[in-house]
Parts: sequence; C-alpha cells; structure tokens
Amino acid sequence: MSLNLFLQNVANGLSLGSLYALIAIGYTMVYGILRLINFAHGEIFMLAPYFLYFGVLIFHLPWWASIIAAIALTAMTGMLSERIAYKPLRDAPRISALISAIGVSFFLQNLAIVVFSGIPKSVHRPAFFTRLYRFGEIRIQSTLFASIIVSSIFLTLLLYVVYRTKTGLAMRAISTDIETSRLMAADVNKAISITFIIGSALAAVGGILWGLRFPQLFPTMGMIPGLKAFIAAVVGGIGNIPGAMLGGLILGMTEILFVAFLPAVSGYRDAFVFLILILILLFKPDGILGKKVQEKV
Amino acid sequence: MELLNIDNITMKFGGLTAVNNFELKIIPGELIGLIGPNGAGKTTVFNMITGIYTPTINKIYFQDRDITGIKPDKITKVGIARTFQNMRLMDNLTVIDNVMIGFHLHLKSNLASAILKFPSYVREEESIYQKSMELLEKVGLEQFKLEKAGSLPYGQQRKLEIIRALATGPKLLLLDEPAAGMNPQETKELMGFIQNIQDDFNLTIFLIEHDMKVVMGICKRILVMDYGVTIAEGNPVEIQNNPEVIKAYLGVDANYA
Amino acid sequence: MKKQNEKILTILALIVLGILVYLAENNLDAYKLRILNLGAIYITLGVSLNLIYGFTGQFSLGHAGFMAIGAYVTTLLVLPPYYKEMIYILEPLAWPFTVIHAPFIVALFLSGLFAAIAAFIIGLPVLRLKGDYLGIATLGFAEIIRIVANNIPRVTNGALGIKGIPEFTNLWWSVGVAVVTIYIIKGLIESSYGRALMAIRENEIAAEVIGINLTYHKVMSFTISAFFAGVAGGLFACLLTTIDPKAFMFVMTFNILIVVVMGGLGSITGTVLAAFLFNFFLEYLRPIEAGFNIGPIKIPQIPGMRMVTFSALLLVVILYKQKGLLGGFEFSWKGFFQFINKLFKNKRSSEGSTR
Repeated sequence: MSLNLFLQNVANGLSLGSLYALIAIGYTMVYGILRLINFAHGEIFMLAPYFLYFGVLIFHLPWWASIIAAIALTAMTGMLSERIAYKPLRDAPRISALISAIGVSFFLQNLAIVVFSGIPKSVHRPAFFTRLYRFGEIRIQSTLFASIIVSSIFLTLLLYVVYRTKTGLAMRAISTDIETSRLMAADVNKAISITFIIGSALAAVGGILWGLRFPQLFPTMGMIPGLKAFIAAVVGGIGNIPGAMLGGLILGMTEILFVAFLPAVSGYRDAFVFLILILILLFKPDGILGKKVQEKV
Repeated sequence: MELLNIDNITMKFGGLTAVNNFELKIIPGELIGLIGPNGAGKTTVFNMITGIYTPTINKIYFQDRDITGIKPDKITKVGIARTFQNMRLMDNLTVIDNVMIGFHLHLKSNLASAILKFPSYVREEESIYQKSMELLEKVGLEQFKLEKAGSLPYGQQRKLEIIRALATGPKLLLLDEPAAGMNPQETKELMGFIQNIQDDFNLTIFLIEHDMKVVMGICKRILVMDYGVTIAEGNPVEIQNNPEVIKAYLGVDANYA
Repeated sequence: MKKQNEKILTILALIVLGILVYLAENNLDAYKLRILNLGAIYITLGVSLNLIYGFTGQFSLGHAGFMAIGAYVTTLLVLPPYYKEMIYILEPLAWPFTVIHAPFIVALFLSGLFAAIAAFIIGLPVLRLKGDYLGIATLGFAEIIRIVANNIPRVTNGALGIKGIPEFTNLWWSVGVAVVTIYIIKGLIESSYGRALMAIRENEIAAEVIGINLTYHKVMSFTISAFFAGVAGGLFACLLTTIDPKAFMFVMTFNILIVVVMGGLGSITGTVLAAFLFNFFLEYLRPIEAGFNIGPIKIPQIPGMRMVTFSALLLVVILYKQKGLLGGFEFSWKGFFQFINKLFKNKRSSEGSTR
C-alpha cells in the first residue's frame, strides 16, 4: 500500500471515528448514570438527518436553521424517550429497562417508516459539502473535514460542561452513586434529562454529518452505526467520556484499515467489529480507560 | 488431624489489605466464633474459604486437601457450606424448593432421566423431597413449604438459609451473622438450634457474630479480628478480659480506662 | 389429583389437539394454515427463549442466529441435489453440500444439533457475562452468524438466498415440534436441574455456594434453548420456502422477545398464548398497512404501522405489567379443576340464594 493511500485511509478512519465518537458519548453518558444500554440511541441518531431533510425540503428553512431545529428536535425526542420509557423503570431490574430501550428502538424505527416512509431518500447537499480538497495524491471531501472539526468542537464543549460546570458535577455525582446523590438533594431527574439532551444532541450532530457524508436516508440506518458506537463506548471503557471518544476513533480507524489491508474479506467488516466487542467484554470489560468494579458479596 | 487448615492467608484488593496473615486450624467437632468490628475482614475470610475470593498469598487446606482457588460449587461439594450476612435465598421460589436445591449437587440421575422422569429419577426426587421435609420440620417451617421464601418473616428466612446449607451435606458449616436482625427470644432459640444441629449432623461450625451473647454463650474458642489482623484468640473468659479486644471494641486503651 | 389421572388427561388433551390439527389441515385455506403454522413455530421459539431467559435468567439475544443455522441446515439437506446445482448461479455449491440429502425429520434434528453445537461453543465463554453485557454479546454472535451466511455464497447462495425449498412444514410438524418442545422444557423445569436453573436466575452467588455448577447449568440451558431454535429455523424455512440472511436480522429475535415478555417470563402457558396472539394480530392488523376503504373514504396504506403497534404494546407491558399479560400464570390440571369447581360452586350458591 502506497503512503498516499495509507494517509487517505487514515483520514477516512479519523472522520468515521469522529462520528462514532459523537454517537458513543450518548451511550457512555447514559450507561454511566443509569447502567442502561440505551438501545434506542441509534434511532435518535437516525432521526436528526430526517428532521434536517424535511426542514429544508418541506418547510423551506435555510440550512443553518434546519440544522439547529433538527438538533433541538432530536434532543427533545431523546429526553422524552427517557421520561416515558426508562424513568418508570428506574427501580426495576436492569434488564427491564434494556427491553424497554429495545422497544423504543423498534418503535422509533417503525414510526419513521410510517411518517417518513421506508423508501430511501437522497439528501441534496449544498455544494459546500461536496467540495473536494487535494493534498498531492490525497483527496479529501469537505464533509470529512467538517466531521473532524465539528466533532472536536462539540467534544471539547462537552468536556467543559461535564468537568467545569455545576450541572456536570451533578451528573458525575449521580453516575458515582445515584442513591447518595438523591439524598444529597441533587436533582437527579433534571441531571438525567440533561444527560439525555446532551447525548441526543451529539448523536444528532453525528447523524447530520453522517447524512451529509453518506447521503442516503432510511429508517433502519441508525441500527448499525448505533451498535458500532456502543462498541466504541465499550472499547474506551463504558461510562468514561474521554474513553468513548478514544474508542470511537480506534473503532473508525480499525474498520477502515481492516477493509484497506484485507480487501478480500471486506464483507466480514461488521463481523470483525462484533468480534472485537465480544473479546473486549470477555477479557477487558472495563475497556481502555474504564475503572474496575468488584461485586460485593 | 484438623478439618480446616488456614495457612497464613492474605487478601489484597488493589492497595488495600483486607485480611493479613490469617491463620486458623479447626479440629472436627469444634464450634468457633469470629468477632471483630465492622470492616475487620471477617466476611472476607469466609469468602476465601468458600472460594468466592482466592487469597493473594498462601493456601487453605480442607481435610489436608488444597482447596485454594477452587470454584465455590466444588468447595461445597467437598463439604463446606455457608450462609450469608445479607441472606441470599431464592426469594421467588417456594420454601421447599429452596431446601431441595441444596440436594442438587449430590444428584445421581443424569439430565435425560430427569427430563423424561425415569423411575430412578422419580425415586431420587421423592427421597430428596422427604429429606427436605425432615429439615423443614426441624425448624418448624413445614407448614410454609409452598410459600415463597421471600414472604417469610426475617427470623424464619435465617433458619431456612441454614437448613438449605445443611441440605448440601456439609462437614464444616460457616454461619455469617446468623443472629443479625433477630429479637432476643429468636436469638435464644437460635443458640439452641445451632447446638442441636451440631450434634445431630456431626458438624463443625465456624461463625461470625456481632451478638456477644451468642458468641460467648456457645463458642468454646473465639478469634478476634481488627483491621484484617487477628488480635486475640482464646476461650470466652480470656477474650472478655483481653485488653487488645476491649481497645478494638471501645476505641480506648483498656489500661487507661 | 393423582399423577396417573393427570397423565390420562394430558393424553386426552393431546388427542383432542390431534383432531383439531386434522380438521384444520383439511378445512382451512392455505393462508389461515400459514398463520397457524407460524403461531406454532413461535411457540417453539418462545418457549425455548423462555428457558434461557425466563427460567435461567440469562438474557440472550441470539435466537435469530440459531434459527439461521437451523434454517440453512434443513434447506441444504432437504433440497434435492440436482435442484441445488441449478440454483447456485453466482458460485457453485461446495462439496459436500452438493451430495447430501436427508428426509425432513433427520434434517430438523440435525438443524437443532448444529444450532446446539454453535450455542455450546459460543456459550462456554460468553455465559460468564451478566445481564445486558450477555445480551449484547449474544446479539453480536447472531449478527456474526448472519454476516457469515452472507459471505459464503458457496454454501448459502449469499445474499440472494435460496428459493424453492419444499413446503414440508404443515401443522402436524409445527404443532408436533411445539408439543415436544413444551414436553421437554417443562420436564426440565420440573426437575432438580430446573430448580438449579431457577436458583441461578434468583441469585447466582448463592446458587454457586450451594454447589450448583454455574457453567454446566447455564451452558446446558443455552444449548437446549438453541437446539429448539434451530429446529424452529428448519420448520420456518420449509414453511416460507425461501430464505436469505436478511430473514434472520435482529428484528426476528425482537419478535420472539415480544412473545416471551408479553406471555410472561417463566410462564410456558403465557408464551403459548402470546405466540398465537402475536401472529394472529400481525395478520389481523395487515389491513392497516395495506390500506382500506371505509365507505367512500380511502385510507392509504401505512407500512410499518403493525410494528409500531407491537413495539408500543411491548412498552406498555414492560412498563405496567412486568409479569406479562397472564401475570405469571401457569396451566395445571389441578388449577383447571379448581377453577371448574369454583364456577359450579358459585352457580350453586347463587341458585341457593334465589330459592
């Protein structure tokens, strides 16, 4: 493989990875607080580009307004899903909440089929997003830059919120010990809602970038990126925000390089990713940056 | 020959040493008590004996056999049973089922004969049922046999957990705070009960207890732990007068007081 | 009630069931038979998932994968060799699949066996995981199985799938397999081994400390569960007559999960009822999707509406009726007669009061 081709792949890996990172944040934050794999997160991700598409096409909003509206609506949906489907189960066995999340996932997926129709929609991107940049032999689409830059901005913002604000402190307190936080008069419900809003908004940003990069929308498009972002969160150490970012980048890179170096078995790309998940769960369930937890007997 | 030989074991969790150089030899037929303040490492000792934790350093022998690092179910099979401080009954199963489960490890019938209800299996199941009923009668729980275990009053649940442990056919029985949450009357009954089963089942008993009346009343030998270390050992009178023990419990120097 | 009497009653009930199957096979049209067949296959799938999840407490999301294995094994065995040669267009079928051929019953058994072997290999390491992690790992394996099926066209004909599978599955087969599944899984549950499985569900650490070998029992339950999922996969292939990897996506497992949760975890009776209701309503709600007319008003077709309804229903059950629609009820002859007695007693006492 030539150096140029390799660099091209690295660039692709970085951009895919930054999208995974954006989605993975939502998984890891929710897991950190509720110990719940939010199965519906992939569907939240899918909704954003649809909202954008309809904002531009039907409501004739300008791009920037549609994007803001799409992010806001997606964040709302994420928050509402928690209020309706997870909150009543907070004291139930953990698997009940997971089944509920799987239910929400299929509900949103099929609702999207009902409302948006199952026929794939092509996104008409403004010219800006399809511009190509050349660096010698390497060609990079502007969306690739956009994904890396936009993700970096949002992830920095997130780190600021979580580690430097009072809300962030409450979120971290709850993820350490929800019972004690409740006793210490932390507003648990509010913090959980904010967690879902932030996670869903980041997934929305990821979804919009995804829609611009792979310009075809269909109701089940969130399933596989969602699962992979979850895997990224596990790789980085679930519950750990920098870990989710790192895991996203690692996963994106691994995926692209797997196909680049082993084109003969590229059909097994997703299988390979799942295998990574299973191996991590078995041998290093705390991921790269996660903390070890011992069960009390 | 000793039944259990704990050879200077140490248990570390990361940087924390929960149990340091714990040593104990138990002779068949003994009734030994282990006391100490909260967090002294008592339950950790039990967890190491029953295979839930593997000691970081050194080994445990049961009837001269090294049982260090063996899985809990195998340890139960060689003859060590236990109860838990925070009771772990199968709450949604019936009382009789909770006892019958204890006999499962000695089941001879294979899976196919159990599924298809071969006569050999049906006979074995019948005998397990009879033995379980006998155990229930011993603690007066036979009329609750079809109730859910979780619906029993607290004291009854404690007894049920003990007879479930007995069902596994142990030589050594470990009781982790059997009197916790019991009223004085129940505690008194429990003391009699523990001595009874020791005679009836030819048991060796090792128990952790906070209630001094229980420990002083039935144990011939007592160990005291504090901060993961054994600070005293002896008969009840010796323990009661040991300055180290008084210091550990009252937080003051006995001589000074 | 004597055990002997219960046995006789069960045999009588089975004879009645046989008569019903006979009547159905001879009187109902193909469409209705298909719904009943699917219902029966879902019983096998649901009861087997209930074994590993409802009774053993191990959250497995791998059922679609085991079904896929069963479906392909049966398909490759029942298709006549000359036909197989014809349909593998892109890439020729690999040996030994070109020559193997077996009767349906052998094919079904081998379907179960291969699914069970896969489950054994997967389960041995994975069943150490707990709760949601186990669910995700088994889901991962099911996806891997599907991706592999997509990528070995010389065995599975790849994404094109296989068409023209003989339609061997009828009610005798599907109901027969469901009865055998219930008999065996009920037999297991009501044995000392079943008690051990439920002990693991209730409290894993306590179960281990009273001498239950966790690995053996979990893997045993998982393997038996997968066996019946594999058999159901075989029945499924020979009912639909066409399969491709897409048929075994996660939504398949989701459907089975709906059946088990609605029927109630740990209730075989509930699963049986939910399996039939699920398939019945899936068909009953079809008009909503296809579009229909109310007088002059034309309701357009709304694809996806059925699954919206079902996912919403699942949410309602999990949120408000944790124990399922029947609340954990389990059928027994004793309970049945007590119920009948009560009915008559009420009647008599009400008659008495009017007098």
